[in-house]
This record gives sequence, C-alpha cells and structure tokens, in this order.
Amino acid sequence: MDTIFYITAAVSVFATLMVITRHNPVHALLYLIVSLLSLSVIFYLLGAPFAALLEIIIYAGAIMVLFIFVIMLLNLGKETAKQEKEWLKPRIWVGPAFLSLIVFAELFYLIYTSVPETNSAIQTVDSKMVAVSLFKPYILAVELAAMLLMAGVVGAAHIGQHKKSNLHRFLKETDDL
Amino acid sequence: MNTTIPPETVMLLAALLFVLGIAGVIIRKNIIFMLLSVEIMLNSAGLAFIIAGAKWAQPDGQIMFIFILAMAAAEVSIGLALILQIYHQHKSMDIDRLKEMNG
Repeated sequence: MDTIFYITAAVSVFATLMVITRHNPVHALLYLIVSLLSLSVIFYLLGAPFAALLEIIIYAGAIMVLFIFVIMLLNLGKETAKQEKEWLKPRIWVGPAFLSLIVFAELFYLIYTSVPETNSAIQTVDSKMVAVSLFKPYILAVELAAMLLMAGVVGAAHIGQHKKSNLHRFLKETDDL
Repeated sequence: MNTTIPPETVMLLAALLFVLGIAGVIIRKNIIFMLLSVEIMLNSAGLAFIIAGAKWAQPDGQIMFIFILAMAAAEVSIGLALILQIYHQHKSMDIDRLKEMNG
C-alpha cells in the first residue's frame, strides 16, 4: 500500500511539473487531469473514498471540461504554443523557481520539525460519517456554499455577455472571429 | 484498509504541489495557465485537509474539501468568463496587457 502511495505521489508531482512548463494549453490541461486522477488515488489510499470520487467527478469531470470549452472557444493552438515558447525563457523562470524552492524548503523544515506525534494508522472515514456531519453541524455552511454557487452562476452570466460595440462603421475592425 | 504512510509525508506532498502552483502563477504570462496553477494550489490545500481529517479519523477534513470544491467551481466559472472578456477586448492572453488598469 505504501509503495502505491509513493508511486502515485511521484506521478502527481511529475504531472504538475509538466502542467506549469508546457507550451500548449491542451497538453497542460491533459497533464493536469493526470495529476487530479493520481491525487484521487491518494485520497482513496488515505481513507477518503468519497473525496476521491468527488475529485474525479467534479474536478476532472466538470471543471476541466469548462477549461476545455474556453480553450476551444478562444481557438488556442499552435500560435499560442509558439508565443508561450517565447515567453517562457530560463531568464524569466529561474528567479521565481528559486524563490518557490526557498518557500518549499521552509515548509519542509516546518513540517519535519513539528511536534512528534504518536504513530497512528490512518483510518477510513466513509461517506456516511461525512454525510451525517455535513447535514447536521455544517448545514449552514452548505447553504452558504449553495448561495456562493448561485452568485457564481449569475456573475459568470453577467460578465460573460457580449456588449454591443457602439463604434462607427469606419472604426470597426474588419477581422471577425 | 490500514496504511502506515506517515502524515508528514503527505503534508510534504501537499506543500510540494502548493509550491509548484505558486511557481506556475509567477512564471507564466498566459492567464489560462495562471488559472490552472491556482487550481493546483486549491487542490493541494484540499489534500492537506484530507490528510488532517484522516489523521484524526474525523469527517471535518473531507467536509472542508467539499467546500473547497464548491468554491473552486464558482471561482473557475467567474475566472473563465473574465478570461473570455479579456480576450475579446485585447485579443491576447497576455497578463501584461492589463497594465492599463493601473492596479
């Protein structure tokens, strides 16, 4: 079981590394889906089967489809990849990568020098416990999350609508998408 | 199912993914990639909650993960709508084109 965990963790870190270095948006998206699926396996190994299912259904299923729709809508392809190649030069990414490495070293230090705790085995928290807790003490938070999603839908519909441009016809750009 | 993975190791994985997300936000100029990196960061925060919940055998960690999921869904829908508008107004995904906002 531990071996599976370490292999999956390596896959997820590698896939995430590929996400932030790819030039083509679709390739990055596919690597992100791999990363999400491996994280879902990790959730299952940690005794959270319900969270693992949600990770696949909502993240890899719904949110990634939104990204794919936008990438298709904007027609991002080879030209974007070429442009990304120009933007992503070592001169640009070395500094931020070094700073992020410092942050990771600090986190590493903090996590490994924390209070030594009793070595307890990880227990499964099944969906029944989650459901009982979700709809009893956390019911107010569930309703607030519903309102947040409603606000998200309304906000997206409002922001996403196209305003009619009031330009004079001589000023209009000729290239129609 | 009893695994003997130490919680610190999983926390370390979450920290690594979070740092990768931060690096992604900083080094990319394309808005879509920045949004993807934000997703990575949210996901690693969810992993930290899950391992905390698993360590204490309480469902609260998974509940926080569900709320993070709902928040990420709302955030992505708004963010992608903003990206569409930015692309229609500037014909580019370059974040530096938004300098005119003087933020």
